[in-house]
Amino acid sequence: MNIHEYQGKQILARYGIPISKGYPAFTVAEAEAAAARLIEETKSEVVVVKAQIHAGGRGKGGGVKVAKGVAAAKEQAEKILGMQLVTHQTGPEGQKVRRIYIEQGQDIKRELYVGMVVDRESRRVALMASTEGGVEIEHVAETTPEKILTEHLDPLLGLAPFQARKIAYGLKVGEGSPDPKKTVAQFVKTLISLGELFVKEDCSLCEINPLVITGSGDVVALDAKLNLDENAEARHPEWAALRDQDEEDPVELEAKQVGLSYVSLGGNIGCLVNGAGLAMSTMDIIKHYGGEPANFLDVGGGANKEQVTKAFKMILSSDKVKGIFVNIFGGIMKCDVIAEGVVAATKELGLRVPLVVRLEGTNVEAGKKILETSGLAIQAADNMGDGAQKIVQAVKNA
Amino acid sequence: MSVLVGKETKVVFQGITGSAGSFHASQCIAYGTDVVAGCTPNRGGEIFEAKGPSGDTVRVPVFDTVAEAVQKAGANTSCIFVPPLGAADAILEAMDAGCELIVCITEGIPVMDMIRVRRALETSKAKLIGPNCPGIITPGACKIGIMPGHIHKPGRIGVVSKSGTLTYEAVGQLTALGLGQSTCIGIGGDPVAGLDFIDCLKLFNEDPGTDAVIMMGEIGGNAEILAAEWIQKNMKKPVAGFIAGRTAPPGKRMGHAGAIISGGKGTAAEKIAALEKAGVKVAPTPAELGVTLKSLL
Repeated sequence: MNIHEYQGKQILARYGIPISKGYPAFTVAEAEAAAARLIEETKSEVVVVKAQIHAGGRGKGGGVKVAKGVAAAKEQAEKILGMQLVTHQTGPEGQKVRRIYIEQGQDIKRELYVGMVVDRESRRVALMASTEGGVEIEHVAETTPEKILTEHLDPLLGLAPFQARKIAYGLKVGEGSPDPKKTVAQFVKTLISLGELFVKEDCSLCEINPLVITGSGDVVALDAKLNLDENAEARHPEWAALRDQDEEDPVELEAKQVGLSYVSLGGNIGCLVNGAGLAMSTMDIIKHYGGEPANFLDVGGGANKEQVTKAFKMILSSDKVKGIFVNIFGGIMKCDVIAEGVVAATKELGLRVPLVVRLEGTNVEAGKKILETSGLAIQAADNMGDGAQKIVQAVKNA
Repeated sequence: MSVLVGKETKVVFQGITGSAGSFHASQCIAYGTDVVAGCTPNRGGEIFEAKGPSGDTVRVPVFDTVAEAVQKAGANTSCIFVPPLGAADAILEAMDAGCELIVCITEGIPVMDMIRVRRALETSKAKLIGPNCPGIITPGACKIGIMPGHIHKPGRIGVVSKSGTLTYEAVGQLTALGLGQSTCIGIGGDPVAGLDFIDCLKLFNEDPGTDAVIMMGEIGGNAEILAAEWIQKNMKKPVAGFIAGRTAPPGKRMGHAGAIISGGKGTAAEKIAALEKAGVKVAPTPAELGVTLKSLL
């Protein structure tokens, strides 16, 4: 689960990590008031107006602007609020900006990168830092990997102070600071707090890019990108308020609410499959035979008739779907439950595109019988390859 | 012969009184698995009844703790059907009680919990399979998990996979070709889990009852690439492979928590290339898993 920069910063602040003063705004009037308040509080005319969308690369896309004075801040807010912000992560259609963050300007002397991820290979949380702040870590990792320093957190100990010091001295964070000792101390404290935050808040990713050192030698988190582990949602009731449904694909969201795993894709063959691996493989085999999958849909292991009906309705109601392939290898999932769901959904919405069904495994005979007696125009497939070829052909002929 | 589980395996089901736990415990008992105990806190003293393979009634004592199940009923393996937020603790309890093998079926365990479990496993002799997996089966001898038993057939092919239903697909194809399986292990699709591909390949490599192995991976992480490197150096038996998600878009989580291409890494293409370089025969489509393996024999 992604959250906005300003929400991430509120979490950072709770752990004592220094951030700039700032206020979120949903309207131009709110932005104007926020800028006025900020200028009064900080005794500085310089504010930054930042688009709040979940995608990265906002600055390059024109979603982050520096303004001097309330009038200028208002003018920028007018431009950014409601704009369709295109970045390398949004795709060409961009993402509509519905919230902005008005933040105090900083006297930036150095920009560093600090990021934490779950490192699958070591099975631990890894903290990475580099002097190349403001640049994407993937780019640094490819071009100058020696510039990235990494420490792994022992789950029993957290990030030890010596590890934070190793990074601080390795990056020479005190260099150029009017008070190097203070800068190192603030940096070390920031890293240790981040380590604590990452574990306690159940993050799957936390990036501060850039973490800046100001002219006075202070350390400030200028950006915050936090991904939260959805598996831990049940023990974080406070996350409900952080979720921004405008940032999520409405169909994927709808699927999630009924316990289905759905991802929209660009093609025209709708897929209903049980199990993530089989669902991915079904997409692959459709493509192998020259078709294009419209979605990834895993109905899971223990779905009931209602969930299957819902899943099938979601596929049926998509305009781009020109054919449907149901591919089931029943284990816990029973083939008759799938068949009942498919029949119930088509009774309600009608079937206007070709449908190929492949059933295998638990209760397969009962499932096949339900489909046969339903009177629906269903092409049965003997196996996965046969089914994929049939649906690709049917869509081509349609 | 087989790996990890067989006729000697004595299983305790943690969460045996829950709906999923009781259903699958019954299925495993019907398959012939020696389920010696159940464990649910506050339900100690109850008896769980199910039908054995010949229709006989099997009476399984339920205990409050896994330690009792090990001491009083002789359990040496645990199968976990505990809800996500309690599952990590259930794994730790099984470890502490002395279970040699722990099979965790539960899906949706927070990754931070699994990181702590992995840390605890470093100082334990126990092996963990899963979580978020179908379990493990030695056909004809012992089924621990949620896979449909009837599609399997005793034989000499080792199966290891991150995906449940894709494993069934492979097993179904193998059985249809007359190729039985020594043991099938579902290692699960979570980013931090127990046994990985290399652990299982090592076991199959040393198992005199296994002639060849089929491994099925997917996008995300680099476990398949590490496995390819290991195969190139150490594997004495032929290996067929498959990677799901050739057409998966980057940055999107495909069902499994671990199935995501991030930062351009973990694509199917790079994994397939690594496996092929290591001499693994990669099936061109998921409909050709069985024939690809057969071509190696």
